[in-house]
Amino acid sequence: MNNQLFFPGHTACAGCGQSLAARLVIEACGPNTIIANNTGCLEVFSTKYPETAWGVPWIHSLFENSAAVASGIEAALKFSGKKEGTNIICQGGDGSTADIGLQALSGMFERGHDILYICYDNEAYMNTGVQRSGLTPFNTNTTTSPIGAKSSGNIRPKKPMPEIANAHGISYVATASAGFPQDIQRKVKKAISLKGPKYIQIHAPCPLGWRYGMEITFQVAKLAVETGLYPLFEYEYGKLTSRQVQVKPVEEYLKLQGRFKHLLSIPEEVKKIQAIADYNIEKYNLKAKPVES
Amino acid sequence: MKEFLEGSRAIADVVKLCKPGVISAYPITPQTHIVEDLASMVSDGHLNSQFVNVESEHSAASVVLGAVATGVRVYTATSSQGLLYMAEVLFNIAGMRLPVIMTCANRAISAPINIWNDQQDSVSMRDTGWIQLFAEDIQEAVDLHLIAYKLGEDRSVMLPVMVCMDGFILTHGIETVDMPNAEQVDKFLPPYAPLYKLDTANPMSLGLLADPDYYMETRYALQKTLEDTLTLIPKITSDFSKVFGRAYNGLVEEYQTKDADRVIIAMGSVCGTIKDVVDELRAKGKKVGLLKITSYRPFPAQAIYEALKNVSKIAVVDRAVSLGSYAPLYSEVKTAFCSKKKKPQTISSFIVGLGGRDITKNSIKEVFRLLTAKEIIGEFIDLKPELLKENYE
Amino acid sequence: MFGPLTSKPGTSRRNKTGSWRTELKPQFLQKNCTACKMCIGVCPEGCITGSEKNTFICDYSFCKGCGLCSIICPKKDIVMVAEDTVEANTKEKIKI
Repeated sequence: MNNQLFFPGHTACAGCGQSLAARLVIEACGPNTIIANNTGCLEVFSTKYPETAWGVPWIHSLFENSAAVASGIEAALKFSGKKEGTNIICQGGDGSTADIGLQALSGMFERGHDILYICYDNEAYMNTGVQRSGLTPFNTNTTTSPIGAKSSGNIRPKKPMPEIANAHGISYVATASAGFPQDIQRKVKKAISLKGPKYIQIHAPCPLGWRYGMEITFQVAKLAVETGLYPLFEYEYGKLTSRQVQVKPVEEYLKLQGRFKHLLSIPEEVKKIQAIADYNIEKYNLKAKPVES
Repeated sequence: MKEFLEGSRAIADVVKLCKPGVISAYPITPQTHIVEDLASMVSDGHLNSQFVNVESEHSAASVVLGAVATGVRVYTATSSQGLLYMAEVLFNIAGMRLPVIMTCANRAISAPINIWNDQQDSVSMRDTGWIQLFAEDIQEAVDLHLIAYKLGEDRSVMLPVMVCMDGFILTHGIETVDMPNAEQVDKFLPPYAPLYKLDTANPMSLGLLADPDYYMETRYALQKTLEDTLTLIPKITSDFSKVFGRAYNGLVEEYQTKDADRVIIAMGSVCGTIKDVVDELRAKGKKVGLLKITSYRPFPAQAIYEALKNVSKIAVVDRAVSLGSYAPLYSEVKTAFCSKKKKPQTISSFIVGLGGRDITKNSIKEVFRLLTAKEIIGEFIDLKPELLKENYE
Repeated sequence: MFGPLTSKPGTSRRNKTGSWRTELKPQFLQKNCTACKMCIGVCPEGCITGSEKNTFICDYSFCKGCGLCSIICPKKDIVMVAEDTVEANTKEKIKI
């Protein structure tokens, strides 16, 4: 098994949605891939000296600059005439992508580099201890948006990062989920077949940070999609296609996770989250026709 | 061939001859003309480089990091706020042992915002692990870029190099420069041959997490390598003089120090002014001299000691400050003599030219005048006391 | 002089994360397997191998016991059993 692309022995938590997604991504890309990785869970658990889990060329620089580092890799390969047939991908978490790394990412999009950027969205700064990020959902209990006598959690909705990416006019933007492994690979393969900057945001359930038992990772991921809270869609040159679902109420998703448990006794707050889900269902046309019973 | 040209233009021309594969920079006064000239060369087809216009200096440094890690020679340039903005990337580049060559057009640091020359920017980055070379004039700035590529890309070194040239004074000044030609550069500078690179044919991981069991050795290795370059730099300048005909020590330059009683130590373009004053005072029989520091990092402590061990009074002229403590160059010079048996009677510290305040021949004469047996620490030359009367009650 | 800076592929295999398991491990029954390869697809460690029907097994020196393979198997041919179950131990790791 010496030609694996993502080796076992990495120190991700058991049942980590991000480690699963990362393995699926690199296997879909193949060995002719160079990775630029931001600081975060994925980087830390996959490359603790002297061990690396990566079977492809891989570089980690800083927290926020993989998009810029990858731009330099692409420029170097273009200069050497070696760009053709080599995939360049960036990997980062939600914090390093939508917050501290947004500038470098936007610059990379604007310059039109042939790079696929993967955002592993576990909805908080997990590696540093579950702090709130720009992609943390509304009313989530995190360590910097903790619930308390005066708070029901994070007071802001998710930054619409896929929309921001699409607004740059890039060839491909997609959301995906660790609950749909084959869908991740389909989208990655589609992305690398297109030229220019691409963005895929993968919902990566975190058993530790979301506080649920690791055996229900798939269930949680699927419900995020089915409630409309994490819509799965693609923009290909701006044209939208969505994955339609048999819509479920948000309670079914919230009640499984410790980070949302506090809401079950606050119906008004659950209503606000349902409103977010309803907005997504409307905007992305998520509601499938009812299945004949 | 001798040309009469702007400093920035001379730098762009010599960088072009070094043939970097990837250039990336973000505009900041007074570096702008260098990158504009390079962009022009690329768009006219005179320079085959990938020119990446980035959205910040942090990304400029990150782009050249990624490119040099992929095995291609690179170039970037910045000043002041830009250098500070990319500070964490500078440490990152040195830590990963990647030879990035950068021009720093020395400029004061905000606040208050000031676009004119002093050396606070590069001096404040002295701990990053970069080699730092300071140019006295445009000729030296040109030559130091060639030396920088050869030095940084040397397989026993693999370190980034910052060539520091005083903003406006050297970047926008116009001088006669003996510009190298392509044959000479190709003879002196071999193609970049990386120790390791990102290559799908030979995968490896770079930039791993090093816990307490592993981190310290990387720092020791950096320190040892920087010390070793103190021996390598004069070898490279010797090779340089064989090809280009101009001789440099590379670490320091002794100007009339042999029998001097009073010597100024300084870095950068102020050395030109100091040399003029030394000539004037020597003509009047005063035994004065200048020790110019070319290599600030690695710090040439032994070379300074050897040059000045018999001098009785030394004035260290800093064009920077280390707020809250002794001036940076001064404190290192003082330490160089600290444990030695032979040391000067006096080592005094003067701070000049911050924020582009003009350093005239009179300013330097004032330094020599103040350099007596009585030690002076941290005296600001040409200060305007009336401005210190501002009251914000 | 350089110090510890790079690492080569495969080095993470020195770290036997199978030692993390405390309670449960997956038992591959190899009875009703249809070789759909879903288990290979969802293992975050990538330590499941197999090709033909009923040949699928994980490398227990890396398996962290997360149970995702057991959940995804459409034939329920992977069950989570107690760590010290004798039956599970008879289907130990294969040489990779």
